[in-house]
Amino acid sequence: MIFRYLLILIILFPIKAFSLIEVDITRGNLSPLPVAVSPLSVDSESKKSFEKLLKKKDIGAEISLVVENNLVKSGLFNPLDKDAFLQNPNIAHLKPRFEDWALIKAQALITGKVTLVDEKLRVEFRLWDVLAGKEMMALAFTTVPTNWRRVGHIITDKVYERLTGETGYFDTRIIYVAEEGPKTNRIKKLAIMDQDGFNNKYLTLGNELVLTPRFSPTNQMVTYLSYFKNLPRVYLLDIETGIQEVVGDFPGMTFAPRFSPDGKKIIMSFAMDGNSDIYTMDLENRVVERITNHPSIDTSPSYSPDGKYICFNSDRSGYQQIYVMKSDGSNVKRISFGKGIYGTPVWSPRGDLIAFTKMHKGRFYIGVMRTNGKGERLLTENFYQEAPSWSPNGRVLIFYRETKTDSQGKGFSAKLWSIDLTGYNERLVETKTDASDPSWSTLLSN
Amino acid sequence: MNLIKILRSAFLVVLACLVLSACATKKVATMKQMQGDVYTGTDSVEYLADGVPDRVFFATNESILTTRSRDTLRKQAGWLRENSDVNVVLEGHADERGTREYNLALGERRANAAKDYLMTYGISSNRISVLSYGKERPVDSGSNPLAWSKNRRSVTVKAN
Repeated sequence: MIFRYLLILIILFPIKAFSLIEVDITRGNLSPLPVAVSPLSVDSESKKSFEKLLKKKDIGAEISLVVENNLVKSGLFNPLDKDAFLQNPNIAHLKPRFEDWALIKAQALITGKVTLVDEKLRVEFRLWDVLAGKEMMALAFTTVPTNWRRVGHIITDKVYERLTGETGYFDTRIIYVAEEGPKTNRIKKLAIMDQDGFNNKYLTLGNELVLTPRFSPTNQMVTYLSYFKNLPRVYLLDIETGIQEVVGDFPGMTFAPRFSPDGKKIIMSFAMDGNSDIYTMDLENRVVERITNHPSIDTSPSYSPDGKYICFNSDRSGYQQIYVMKSDGSNVKRISFGKGIYGTPVWSPRGDLIAFTKMHKGRFYIGVMRTNGKGERLLTENFYQEAPSWSPNGRVLIFYRETKTDSQGKGFSAKLWSIDLTGYNERLVETKTDASDPSWSTLLSN
Repeated sequence: MNLIKILRSAFLVVLACLVLSACATKKVATMKQMQGDVYTGTDSVEYLADGVPDRVFFATNESILTTRSRDTLRKQAGWLRENSDVNVVLEGHADERGTREYNLALGERRANAAKDYLMTYGISSNRISVLSYGKERPVDSGSNPLAWSKNRRSVTVKAN
């Protein structure tokens, strides 16, 4: 894989400095931090080589644009207009004139430099505290030139981490189902793209219906449901080799798959004679284990990050509700008790929250609750939306939303949206086609 | 002034009547095709043979067979007995107003309700297979209660 070539070399260590900058991430951020992203400077020789290699006129400006877009979408930062910048990028990178940057109200400044060294792209960047007049961080790394967008994502992650104290989520990818065609006969393909929608790639051709793809913890494998030969079964796909295989040998439909946090097992539902229960299959020794045994529908299982618990969806009370049990299936407890019915529970990577879909009075909500069911918070309401998936830092949810059609069945669309835990900062995640069933990868560079 | 007032209120009355009657006719049309929220119309129904409808319909979130559904399935069982070389796939479906994974399970449950009924009327289980499509293959792409009722269904399809 490309990112194996990625070498992160830290040449300068973060300099300890008391910083005046603080980004409040605990509530809706109505005044995002003003930050200046100075275009990364490129010497003229490197510039020419990059232009030949990547067909990009100014790779430094392109990378800084990736950073800027990421910062905007986070909702926590407000990148300032470049036209107002007074200092040359190459000089700013060596010694910023802090008065100039303070003048345009920048509180943080990102500068950098890109060079071509032995056919590799080498980038160094610095983060500056404008008001304190100090360097907060300096990093450099080298990668293959075609990885230039990832360079922008990694820079964003480092800046985000330094300024918020949380890990980032920008150097990540989304796997989802690309949809086309009429609502009554949708063509669906697995697709993968960078978190910001670039580098989109289809992984299946659309010959058979595919649903609910989910990444393995190392992001090398995907588990999903395929209707290959009209037999709906859980499959495993190696993204690198393209090899697909059926998971287990079940005499009926298997669906709703997810990996265990150690990546060794797949947990899923198996439906037989009108009853769906939860099973796991060990990917090494192929041992299948039955986890629930109840005459109701048990589905949408999701492990806690330590692997000790499973949350799942069951209608054993008469309607869809969320339950938590130990990973061996014991100690089943219902945790959703609010008005309406609940589906698609997903355990947060931080372990503290469970995201869900709630249906109440004909409206659909994405929300979160603590793992004991307390503290329910609804983040967004719409005509139809479901299937939240967590960003690796547990701060943002991506989900899909479908629009209402008119009496002729016109006006249907399915799109990916993201919202952060504050319930503010709801954003459309742009995709070439209609899209559903998103699943967020873990950080690629960690 | 008075005349204008009278005219205006008369106009409003007429308008209200029109709106109300329009609502009433629309409601009647929908009512005819639904009992509770189970579809009872024939718009989307196809026939396995003369007088043998291919599908049964369900209430929201339910997999219970209605009297009408049982009647349809008895006809199907009779037809299957007469055509003993025919195998069938029961395709279970849900409407778009539920989460995808739950709907897959619900479609499977609905198709199995139909399968069980056919079996009690003497059709061997190895002639019947079950396939759930969840909410993936609606027949009506509308977003309204009537469209949804047509989509909550189990369809008996010839497999050979």
